Amino acid sequence: MRVLVGVDDTDRGMRALAATIERAREAGDEVTVAVYAAGDGSLDAVEASVRDRLETASFDAGVELIAGEPGSGLLELADDGGYDRIVLPGGRRSPLGKIQLGSTLEFVLLNAQTTVTLVR
Amino acid sequence: MSTFPDEPIDGFPTPPRTITDREGREIDLVVAGPDDVEPLVEMYLAFDPKDRAQGIPPTGEDAIREWLELLEAENSLHVVAYHDDDAVGHVMLVADRSESYELAIFVLQPYQGAHIGTELVRTGLGLAEERGIERVWLSVERWNEPAVALYKKIGFETTNSASFEMEMALRLDQS
Repeated sequence: MRVLVGVDDTDRGMRALAATIERAREAGDEVTVAVYAAGDGSLDAVEASVRDRLETASFDAGVELIAGEPGSGLLELADDGGYDRIVLPGGRRSPLGKIQLGSTLEFVLLNAQTTVTLVR
Repeated sequence: MSTFPDEPIDGFPTPPRTITDREGREIDLVVAGPDDVEPLVEMYLAFDPKDRAQGIPPTGEDAIREWLELLEAENSLHVVAYHDDDAVGHVMLVADRSESYELAIFVLQPYQGAHIGTELVRTGLGLAEERGIERVWLSVERWNEPAVALYKKIGFETTNSASFEMEMALRLDQS
């Protein structure tokens, strides 16, 4: 399976990447990492930690940067690249435990043509 | 969560108080802490899954107990509605990083529609006002019109309705 995993500048982003690598090793998935930054996070910093993680894990994956709106950028990559699945970091929790999906996740869930997996 | 109405609201009732609900039941609204864990576990085990919102209350006793550790959390306020010895409702306010408080309310299904929710929220806000809290916010699923109407009636204003969950906020009078 060809998997596009979105990784943002949060701990959850890195967890999504770790989970994707683990699954890919078992299932033989071909993985591309789509790097994006939420808010004023630095894209370069996320890319650096992604490349670092891939190297540490000795895992071979493509890396694409999304400079603009993350939601539409992810869908464009997914459509153009013919991916089977999009994997994304799934929602943060509010102080009293409510799951908040956020605008990027909502956009992808509503508009994606492929299966979307959220990693918690 | 960053925007709050300019105009503060005051005059909310403080716990403990007893109300008579629309069914004529006497309901006690009391400040809750760690001692109220067991009645609340019972309440949340009996909670109708269709009344869950955004992943809370969690399902299963272990997850419920872990979540209820919020009763011991610093910067959290709880008011529980008791009918005799049974917990039938719970309003909680938990501080976020900016010292605003997130509010959520839960009422057990057989006690819904009896005005307990409204009085629980008002009493929770009374407690918050008494404890010096100024900014309170909540999120509610956009399609949950009865809840949105209830919050509006109490004084919450919509501050963000761009996503699945809409955010509402209220400023308490601390002047």
